[in-house]
Amino acid sequence: MSAVWIAVVVASLGCYALKLAGLSVPAAWVEQPWVARVVDFVPAALLAALVAVQAGTSGQELVVDGRLAGLAVAALALALRAPFIVVLVVAGATGAVVHVLTG
Amino acid sequence: MPVDRSRTIRDSVGLGLAVGLYGVAFGASADAAGLDPWQAVVLSALMFTGASQFALVGVLGAGGSPGAAVGSALLLGTRNTVYGVRMAPLLAPRGALRRAAAAHWVIDETTAMAVAAPDRETGRLAFWVTGASIYLGWNLMTLVGVLGASGLGGTAEAALDSVVPAAFLALLWPRLRRGFAEHVVQRRVAVGGAVVALALTPFVPAGVQVIAAAVAVALAGRPRREVPA
Repeated sequence: MSAVWIAVVVASLGCYALKLAGLSVPAAWVEQPWVARVVDFVPAALLAALVAVQAGTSGQELVVDGRLAGLAVAALALALRAPFIVVLVVAGATGAVVHVLTG
Repeated sequence: MPVDRSRTIRDSVGLGLAVGLYGVAFGASADAAGLDPWQAVVLSALMFTGASQFALVGVLGAGGSPGAAVGSALLLGTRNTVYGVRMAPLLAPRGALRRAAAAHWVIDETTAMAVAAPDRETGRLAFWVTGASIYLGWNLMTLVGVLGASGLGGTAEAALDSVVPAAFLALLWPRLRRGFAEHVVQRRVAVGGAVVALALTPFVPAGVQVIAAAVAVALAGRPRREVPA
């Protein structure tokens, strides 16, 4: 079994266990103010980190390419309340145009 | 109340179709990250929680270790534990088997639909119908995305590379928008997370910076006084 398969299976089982725990543990365990605080804000920190890493890095280097242009256009589309599919299409089109222009 | 019931069913099915579009994006991202179609399909069927799935393939695609990929998926999965706690009294699943089945569908969308329902009976209906329609749409569209993205040329791959960060931004965006609880604090934490990740990128193995970005949660500060839900 390859490392990717192991990651797929382990993470899937782990995520399922987290869901099941919610339905099974006493509410008081999870409803500690500090636990709630961390859980409320972890997605913002991690998703923003993923945006930054996906758009501005390659391996261990910081790089500027079409992905950053695509991200800027995506942000504009989101600010204008465009539907999800439109956001993805304009971001992809921008990346493709920059790729063609810069060869 | 038949009006509530039919509206709930219509809204739930509509949401399932809309979320299916994210499934296409996930399938395409998985392909861009070098996963094979089976791995993408197994993730959607077995993990079935979008942000964690995107994180796993995102970290692997960035050259991260499997450990870092699993870690970021699990960190994002902790949300569902809190949803489960909130849903337990509403769903009140009878028996271990029903609880095990219900747990798999405790995600952002099913919780939002169930909590928004006018009464408990409709809330339960909303949970199961939304869960079923999203599960179908998400898995089907993952397959479409991963098969559609494989065998693309250079320019199309560049397009896909730009779609992946845009998809993460779209997942993040609603949390930063006015109207989301403490959106100003959410923005501060998001900026902090991005800065930490970029600052660490040259110095840590790929993927580790994503998990390390969780320290930005400290920018949220102390818990507010308990607000009745």
